[in-house]
Formats: sequence, structure tokens, C-alpha cells
Amino acid sequence: MTYGWTGTVLRVNLTTRQVTKEALREEWARDFIGGRGLGARYLFAEVNPQVDPLSPDNKLIFATGPLTGTNASCGARYMVVTKGPLTNTITTSNSGGHWGPELKAAGYDMIIVEGRAAAPSYLWIYDDQVEIRDAGDLWGKTVWETEEHLRQELGVPDAIIASIGPAGERLVRFACIMNDLHRAAGRSGVGAVMGSKQLKAIAVRGTGGVRLADPKAFLEAHWAMKVKLRESPVTSQGLPIYGTEVLVNVINEHGALPTRNHQQSVFEQAEEISGERLTETRLVANKACFACTIACGRVTTLPGAAAGKYMVTTHPHNWKIAGEGPEYEAAWAMGAECGVGDLDALIKANWLCNALGMDAISFGATVAAAMELYEKGALSLAQTGIPLTFGSAEALIAMAEKTAYREGFGHELAEGSKRMTEKFGRLELFMGVKGQEFAAYEARAIQGMGLGYATSNRGACHLKAYTVAAEILGLPRQMDPRATEGKAEITKLFQDATATVDATGLCQFLTFGIGLEEILPQLSAATGVQYTLADLLKIGERIWNLERLWNERAGLTGKDDTLPKRILEEPLPSGPAKGQVNRLGEMLPEYYRLRGWDAEGRITREKLQELGLV
Amino acid sequence: MKQLRIIPDKCTGCMQCELACSFVQTGTFQPSRSVIRVYVFDEQAMYSPYTCFQCDEAWCMTACPVNAIALDPATGAKVVIDDVCVGCAVCTIACPYGTVFYNPDTHKAFKCDLCGGDPACAKACPTEAIEYVEVRQPDWLASWAQRVNAGFQAMQEGGTV
Repeated sequence: MTYGWTGTVLRVNLTTRQVTKEALREEWARDFIGGRGLGARYLFAEVNPQVDPLSPDNKLIFATGPLTGTNASCGARYMVVTKGPLTNTITTSNSGGHWGPELKAAGYDMIIVEGRAAAPSYLWIYDDQVEIRDAGDLWGKTVWETEEHLRQELGVPDAIIASIGPAGERLVRFACIMNDLHRAAGRSGVGAVMGSKQLKAIAVRGTGGVRLADPKAFLEAHWAMKVKLRESPVTSQGLPIYGTEVLVNVINEHGALPTRNHQQSVFEQAEEISGERLTETRLVANKACFACTIACGRVTTLPGAAAGKYMVTTHPHNWKIAGEGPEYEAAWAMGAECGVGDLDALIKANWLCNALGMDAISFGATVAAAMELYEKGALSLAQTGIPLTFGSAEALIAMAEKTAYREGFGHELAEGSKRMTEKFGRLELFMGVKGQEFAAYEARAIQGMGLGYATSNRGACHLKAYTVAAEILGLPRQMDPRATEGKAEITKLFQDATATVDATGLCQFLTFGIGLEEILPQLSAATGVQYTLADLLKIGERIWNLERLWNERAGLTGKDDTLPKRILEEPLPSGPAKGQVNRLGEMLPEYYRLRGWDAEGRITREKLQELGLV
Repeated sequence: MKQLRIIPDKCTGCMQCELACSFVQTGTFQPSRSVIRVYVFDEQAMYSPYTCFQCDEAWCMTACPVNAIALDPATGAKVVIDDVCVGCAVCTIACPYGTVFYNPDTHKAFKCDLCGGDPACAKACPTEAIEYVEVRQPDWLASWAQRVNAGFQAMQEGGTV
């Protein structure tokens, strides 16, 4: 009998159409917990790091954690683990909503998808019955259409669906996997991997439950955590009232909101795309993921004239009613980074990204890079088909559709900004790391984020070490964003702690209000494994090193832990952080030393032994 | 007497009520065994919890052929007596709200019993969309019905039902 974990892994081979259920490797579960950690452990064991990410030999792993599906606040998450086509590194993309808990209720900790289907297929999981079914008539449909059609076809209105849109089908390198209409395992192109396997969707209905080893202790810890979340200003006010978009004004005031492909770091129209404005004018309701007591989700609407302002050829029937978002990162990428200050355009572009199934961050950032290429004369109107000037909402929205369908210039955008800038001879205008575009924090204004971006295992990412919490928000303690002292230490600490949170099945937003100390008793009570705080940090470190080790075997080295020339050498031209560059060179050697790696960033044998990875 | 009061406008669809209820029912987190359910009007961005209203004239009670549903005098809840219930499921059909359920594992009916006067769902709700309060008349029912009807109408217009 397992607690917390269901103890069963579902293995689906699309080539042979074989579905098998196997016992979870309990020692791996104990050492890697679940989600990101356990998924990475299975990938490490089963997939050659040199594999072409879009070949049948790559595997696509959907992994929940032991707290997914319990009433632990924000216990809604599942992680998609695979080799990413954007970065050629290991990628771990996280999503909330209701899909992960439903998979647990159906009786599975993970799904491992292997091979490639001969024709478009979808997977239907109803408790212990699992079927690979024909998706011929679903192929080509948007995410929103897919969910609706599939529920009708199955006759099960309660089925929860994760699917890809046209972007995933066409192998757009930043396509995502969407669930519950608007929730995304967003970054690094996990949707393209699903598309390469001709797997349109995974529909799940689960009626079982998650068992706990010590229910009494679990509930006590649950209530303690809930009280703390209610007391924290971020989780009880900032996120519920304004959503993640609350950050637009905050980050802009610090001169840290990258603008026009990182040419500036203050966006003069930030107010117009801020969370405050969104809440005042376009918010319908807050929406929570499963078990979430924060409810940061933004259901937005475009009334009357606003809806018809930008014509799109995709017309989901629910255009006029409500969709979700944009979240902060999406509003930044398509807004400030593209110089677009029209909130309605961002809402529409965000809905398009959701319906078509692509990552709004990488999409927006890639359009921004194209806009700079266009303005610098490296791209002509004949090539783009539409004037790609900074600030053009029309161009942004038109390109959303073209990119997802790989039409016209969208075919170039669909490759992501690294490949696109390289093709047109201006690789130095790619703003990202290891092939993945930056998120919404200027590394010249927030030094620690530069180190976090450079060393992230899946390319530039804000979710692997959110040092913004310390450097801007003062959590758990205020650090000077301009200084490099102490940043190596905090980055390592955040990377390890975040990896552990990602492994439990909880949402990272919890950590604005609580720490591993509060998660620990819930995790131990749920699983029956008596973890200590030191264990949890060690597990985070183990996950981080395992991901790094896999990347080493994929061919990455310390040379890839770097930032674009613009971030390292061009001082910010204006704003509160004027004159700053990112001083990565002051932080990286110390970071390697704290990690126990050699001066070139190679993992040492001693470290591997210490972590039990040999 | 205290009653459950449900305000759909405050609900965020987090399912903490279903989780808490299912824990009371089964000792595990199993929303499919919850007797409070959140109806999700996804495209209308509306979530509405619903559960047994503990009707004065309880059709489930009237319909039961073996008198297995009794009144708890302390709370006013209509309670299934497991030892008497024969699992015929007539009560689940009689209930106009669909809030009496049949458990295929135990072959018994099950429904909300207000947790004996301390309902777990109300305690778990993070947004006070579910409250357990002293009310003479269920003053919230009309507005609840109006809101839910509007959701269904919008779904019909949108062609999703």
C-alpha cells in the first residue's frame, strides 16, 4: 500500500499501441519525490540525451507529485518532462488546473508516452481502462474546440483534457500542452514533442482517491499552511486581487521591465497593461486551480467593440464571452517587449496563444526579436508580409495566427528567436539562454536573475530560481538587486528549494507565503516517509544535478551558462538601472564552487557520489 | 436553526469543499465521493457549489420504501441510516436537485448530513462562498437559482449543451 503516491505508472507506447501499468520505483519516489524530480529520474534512465527531441525515441512524461490531488493548498500541479525542441536540453514544464489531480484520481502517478502513432490519436483514461483512440477528426482543431468535441464524443462531461492545438501539430518549437482551456505546460516546446508523436490529447476521468499515511497530522499541517497563506500579503491580497499582472508596475518602477527586445528596461505604457488596469476594466472573475486557496487566475472579457477590434480568422464560439489571462509574463512578452501598450490586443493575443496552443512568452519575445530585425533592416516587408514595427498590435495578432499555422513569415517565427535571428544573420539579437527566450525580468537591473537565467537547465526561465522574490519583493529577506554579493548563494538555494517544491505537486506561488518548513510536515504525513528539512534541500540539489548531468551528456558545457552580449556589455540606456550591465563573471565562479562543480562548470564525481547519482 | 448558505459569486472553483467533504465520507481525497459538488460553467467563468438543501418536505425521505432516511432533530439534516438502507436508489431519483448519491462499493445511498452540525465544506471554503449560518428562511436560494439558471442559459446560447 502506498500513500500520497498511487504507486502505479502508466506506460503508453504509441508505435506498438501497447498500454502497460507498472509499479512505481519506490526508491526513486523516495529520493526524487515526484513531478519534476521523478520525471527527470525516469527520463534519465530511459532516454538517450543525444536523441532528436522530435523523434519517436524521445519520451514524453507527465508526472504528478504525492501532494497532487490532496487538499494541500495549491496541490494541483503536474510536470511535463522531456527533451525540449527549443533548447535541446531536458525540459520541465509545469501546469495547474484540474488535469494532474484527475490523473491521480484515475490511479496513476505518471504517464510515460513512447514512440509515435501511425495516425493522429488521443488517449482516453477512465480509471483503470485506458485506450488509444483515433483523433482524425480532432486534428486541426484548436485547444478549445478539442476539449468541447472530445467531451461530447466521450459522453463524459467530467473528463479533464490536456491537448495540443494547431501549433503543437505543426511542431512550433514553443508549442505548449494546454489543459482546462487556459492552463499551460507552457515553455520549451513540450507541445511540439506531443505533436511529433501524433498525440492530440489525453482525456482523463478518475473516480478514485488519494490516500494519506497519517491523515490527522496531514490536516493539522494543512490548516497551519492555510493560515499562513491567509496572512501573507502576496498570497492573500496581491495575487488574488490583481493576479500575477500585479508585477507590471512594480518591476517597471525598478527599471527592470525589458522593453523592445531588451533595448530599454522601462516601458512608458506599463500602466496601461498593468494588473491594476486589467482588474479595473476587463476582469470577470478570479479562477482557482484545483485545491488552490489563492485563486490568482484571471478570467477576462472583451466587451463589444473591443472584441471586434482586431480581426482574426479563428473564431471559437466563445470569443465574446470570456477567456483567461494574460498573466504577467505573457503581458510583458507581447506587451512591453514588443512595445505594444494596448491591453485589449494583449488579451486577444493571449487567448489566441491559448486556443492555438503556444507559449505566449516565447511567442511574444520572438516577435519582438523579429521587430528589431525589421527595424534594423535585416528583414524586409517582402519577407514579413506585414510591417513588423515595435508597438504594432495588428502585427502581433496577425503573427499569432501565422506562427501557430506556420503560414508565411510565421514559419520563421515558429522556430523560436534563436534560430530565426541566426537565419537572418543577427544572432546577437536573440535575447535568451540555451535557445530559450528570457522571461520578464531584466538581468541588468536584477543581477541574481542573470545568474539564474544563465545556469537554468532548460534555458532562460524565471521559474527555476525566482530571486526576484528576494531582490525586489524582499522575500524572505531584502537583497540589493544591483549587487552581485550573495547572489550565487541565494540562486543555488532557490534552485534547490524550487526543484523540491516542483517535485511535490505543489504550486510555486505558495512559496510567497510559506517555505519548505511548512511543506515538510504535509509531505511526510501524506507519504509516510519521514523527511527532514535537510533531506528536502538535498533532494532539490539532487534533481538539479541530475538535470545538469543529463544536459552534459546531451553535449552542453559551462560555456552554455552565459547571457547575450547585450546583457553583459551594453549598459541600460535609461531608467532607475541606467548604466548597468549584468556582472555574470562576478557570480558564476562562486556559483560553481558552491555547487561543488569544477571551474568549467562540470559536475564532479564527488558531488555525484554525495547525491547518490552514481 | 443553522443552514448552509451558498454564494456562487464568491466561488473560485478550487474544490476545497469537495475535498473536505470526500475526506469526511471516505478518509481519502476523492471528489467523486463528495456530496457537495461544484458545478463549473467554464466559459461563463462561473462556479456554483450545490448540495442537499435539507428540504422541509424531503422527497427522498418520502420516497424511501424502508424509512432509511431520518431527520436529525439537532440539525434538521435528513440522514441516511446505513443499517436500514437497502440500496434501491429510489431516493436518488426522487431528489429534484440530484443531491442524493448511490455508492456502488457499499450499495448504499449517501447524502449530506451537515456533518452533525459542523459542516466540513463551510470550514474549508477559502472565500466564504459556503457558510453555515443561522437563518430563518433560506434567503439565498432565489439568487442562487437565478445565477445558475443564467449560466445554463448562456451555455445553451453558446451551443455547449
